[in-house]
Amino acid sequence: MAMIDEPLYPIAVLIDELKNEDIQLRLNSIRRLSTIARALGDERTRKELIPFLSENNDDDDEVLLAMAEELGVFIPYVGGVEFANVLLPPLETLCTVEETCVRDKAVESLCRIGAQMREQDLVEYFIPLVKRLAAGEWFTARVSSCGLFHIAYPSAPETLKTELRTIYSQLCQDDMPMVRRSAATNLGKFAATVEAAYLKTDIMSIFEDLTQDDQDSVRLLAVEGCAALGKLLEPQDCVAHILPVIVNFSQDKSWRVRYMVANQLYELCEAVGPEPTRSDLVPAYVRLLRDNEAEVRIAAAGKVTKFCRILSPELAIQHILPCVKELSTDSSQHVRSALASVIMGMAPVLGKDATIEQLLPIFLSLLKDEFPDVRLNIISKLDQVNQVIGIDLLSQSLLPAIVELAEDRHWRVRLAIIEYIPLLASQLGVGFFDDKLGALCMQWLKDKVYSIRDAAANNVKRLAEEFGPEWAMQHIIPQVLDMINNPHYLYRMTILHAISLLAPVMGPEITCSKLLPVVINASKDRVPNIKFNVAKVLQSLIPIVDQSVVEKSIRPCLVELSEDPDVDVRFFATQALQSSDQVMMST
Amino acid sequence: MLDGGEGTAAATPQPLEWKFSQVFGERTAGEEVQEVDIISAIEFDRTGDHLATGDRGGRVVLFERTDAKDHGGHRKDLEMMDYSISRHPEFRYKTEFQSHEPEFDYLKSLEIEEKINKIRWCQTANGALFLLSSNDKTIKFWKVQEKKVKKICDFYVDLSRAMGNGPVVCSSMSTSSKPCMENGGCNDSPFGYTSIETSLPSGGIPSLCLPVVNSHETSLVAKCRRIYAHAHDYHINSISNNSDGETFISADDLRINLWNLEISNQSFNIVDVKPANMEDLTEVITSAEFHPTHCNMLAYSSSRGSIRLIDMRQSALCDTHSKLFEEQEVPASRSFFTEIIASISDIKFAKDGRYILSRDYMTLKLWDINMDSGPVATFQVHENLRPKLCDLYENDSIFDKFECCLSGDGLHVATGSYSNMFRVFGCSEGSTEATTLEASKNPIRRQVQTPTRPSKSLGPLPRVLRRGADTSGVDVNGSAFDFATKLLHLSWHPTENLLACAASNSLYMYYA
Repeated sequence: MAMIDEPLYPIAVLIDELKNEDIQLRLNSIRRLSTIARALGDERTRKELIPFLSENNDDDDEVLLAMAEELGVFIPYVGGVEFANVLLPPLETLCTVEETCVRDKAVESLCRIGAQMREQDLVEYFIPLVKRLAAGEWFTARVSSCGLFHIAYPSAPETLKTELRTIYSQLCQDDMPMVRRSAATNLGKFAATVEAAYLKTDIMSIFEDLTQDDQDSVRLLAVEGCAALGKLLEPQDCVAHILPVIVNFSQDKSWRVRYMVANQLYELCEAVGPEPTRSDLVPAYVRLLRDNEAEVRIAAAGKVTKFCRILSPELAIQHILPCVKELSTDSSQHVRSALASVIMGMAPVLGKDATIEQLLPIFLSLLKDEFPDVRLNIISKLDQVNQVIGIDLLSQSLLPAIVELAEDRHWRVRLAIIEYIPLLASQLGVGFFDDKLGALCMQWLKDKVYSIRDAAANNVKRLAEEFGPEWAMQHIIPQVLDMINNPHYLYRMTILHAISLLAPVMGPEITCSKLLPVVINASKDRVPNIKFNVAKVLQSLIPIVDQSVVEKSIRPCLVELSEDPDVDVRFFATQALQSSDQVMMST
Repeated sequence: MLDGGEGTAAATPQPLEWKFSQVFGERTAGEEVQEVDIISAIEFDRTGDHLATGDRGGRVVLFERTDAKDHGGHRKDLEMMDYSISRHPEFRYKTEFQSHEPEFDYLKSLEIEEKINKIRWCQTANGALFLLSSNDKTIKFWKVQEKKVKKICDFYVDLSRAMGNGPVVCSSMSTSSKPCMENGGCNDSPFGYTSIETSLPSGGIPSLCLPVVNSHETSLVAKCRRIYAHAHDYHINSISNNSDGETFISADDLRINLWNLEISNQSFNIVDVKPANMEDLTEVITSAEFHPTHCNMLAYSSSRGSIRLIDMRQSALCDTHSKLFEEQEVPASRSFFTEIIASISDIKFAKDGRYILSRDYMTLKLWDINMDSGPVATFQVHENLRPKLCDLYENDSIFDKFECCLSGDGLHVATGSYSNMFRVFGCSEGSTEATTLEASKNPIRRQVQTPTRPSKSLGPLPRVLRRGADTSGVDVNGSAFDFATKLLHLSWHPTENLLACAASNSLYMYYA
């Protein structure tokens, strides 16, 4: 063996590390497989690297997963599409491993490659691969095969097509529930490639078998297929074949199946057309909204808006709205919460009158819900409400709710409402804000919990951005600066933090005249933590203010701090001084 | 099951003649048993080709069947094959691994023992074996697989570094690439790691070659794939796989959680019997098992002697049972111990899912899930201990948790007892079989064939059987029961009459 040319050394290492003991190094090599391939060239990649990878496939799953992913984009490195088939063998083996995520990735890569392959190559290499996997001894291979049919089928000649359909229907009756689940999952994709004539016969009979599977987990996936198949069929076929199934599913004994129906139902409405929607799907949906199982109601409630959008306003008011009313007082907080997060979307569907008459009372009752999540969900969708009912009506009921949330004893709730304040501010406008919310925002700066104070400081900044410096000068700055005299050093620290956030928004002038003196003053604080925070704030102010101000007030203050007895204060003061030097040098 | 297949019901089945087959880890005379070696779980896989045991030291030991291997062919065919070989199944040690280590829960100041409470086999794939093992708190998902021992013969860089990394074999590949090297036009520009890709020649660099891997040997490697932890406040007493192949349950004293095998960071609580006030606690969950074919059904037993069947389809939280199986105690016979001995230590579904076998301290009971008024059969396991309950209570033996098992054909049931004995009963109609065996190389020594008495009907149910009651408190040999040696764990081969039972640290196997 000859010595390696020095420049090749990194690649040689990369290649050797394909087999290193250390998994991290192997992973690294596999991730750079394209580099290795380019170093070897097309031909040797085909003849050596790919067979090498095929043989060494009992590696750790992480490595196999990376390999499956890399091979999916490997066509350019083996010499282009005409050689794409050499990539199939290693991926075929990866399709049979036990780890689901590796298999899924291998299937994904195979699909990606298959989609680019030439038709005759598909027939010669890809379809036999699908058939081999589908006849695999272990269920893992059969599971993987289900995800490849939609690539193989379109380019197959007629006889092979028949065979593929037969194989798929066998997979749907496999002994292993895992295989049936995979077949059910992929049925929609496969069906989309099958000719209309066979869709109604072969595919529908497969589908019907799956809908009657005794494993709940398979039926669940068949529900998902309903929507996909529905979209492929002509409306009348959909009504004849899919509608009865979904209506049946909506009354399935298993709550998990009904849960899936509740999630999927709206997708089917378009496929079947308006009349069957009214006569069959609306009653089914209403049943789900009144289901015994809370989980089902949660799913159904979460789709109320999407479902209503498809219906005519009359239908929605007549059938859905009464259920929504019931749900708003549901015994399960999670149902109410799900409803609260979508209910506002119904407003545009129902129109202004119905909204004010019927939806608003529901909305207000949810806003007074004992469970904070429900209230928060309502508030988070405030922009939608505002458009419909207008600010006056809203503000009367909104404020008490906000105040209550602002004082909730769970700090996470308080945090959530703070995060909505800028949104509220932009919706409600300056006038409303001044009266009611200003005080709250200041109160949060003095919260017991750090996260709240931190969020409050941020909030003040965002308000200043929203309403502009002039407004802030009147309504924020004086109040904030007042608090720098708070006897508790943690609150003083919050104020310093707020100042550093506000300064860029307020601009150099206000910063120099109002903010800076306060900060400079704070450098005389008796608590070292305050002092080194002053140093940090001053550092952040340097780029904002004029050079002369830096020279005149900031640097002297920092110099003083850099001689502080406390080591941390000295450290941050020195750091700030250095950064001011850099700023000076650059200008 | 009870009705058997064609023909089996008609002919009165002959009692099984049990013979010693094998023993692993037999104790030599006078040898002291190490606590950590005591077997605490035992389980055949679905095919019966593998057997796993877990011990108090947190180890899992696997055994594999040797005699059926010759058949070859597809595993599926093997399952189907109704082979009648005269030879009985034989097993050999396959591998072992440390499944759990002792831990300490700092939040609760609790030691967590490494003892394996339960082992359950999962779906095999690609020749790799999968199993779940659990101690009191944590369930682990193991994969045991043959791995090639890799010998990398052709390290490229190491050669140039002149680092000795084992014997260097010049492979055919590297020699064949030699000529290429000579006329290979290499890029001379000094490039760093990142600039490599941009400066590669289109034809590739011929002087590079791939490492050559030779692997002749394979070795079994057990790898922990997932750890399902922090979901149980109390001790896990059972785990059970669902027939859907993707979920399993774990049960502790008060709760049952549902897991997806692929997701270890969340589980769903489906049963919670914890009362709002712990002082109101009247019963705990002792065992739980999924129905063998119906993915939505599971049964759990309680310390008050009841079995509840729940249907997961009904609701997400299964606090209400769909069926309750319990036997009304005759008020006259009530005593201080009634409630203690009523506690069910183990339940098992029969293979067809129609019957549930339960074990309480004194009896084995067989329940038909279609009949909740009472058990279809009751087998006295050690009725003879009844006068001694007071002693058993004193020395805590009364709380021993005996397991039970059914034969694959559902015609026999078995459970353990004291003095390393176990009992096998026939449960087909008309069977009076009741055999007592000792876990030793000579199991028959203690066999008692109780004189068959006509089964006394104890109520409105004509099919209720009560038999096998030993009359004396002393066994046949006249020696008193040894409460220190108890046979708690045993497992019946899924297709053949082969029993594996754990006596302390030894694993005995018997066939019939």
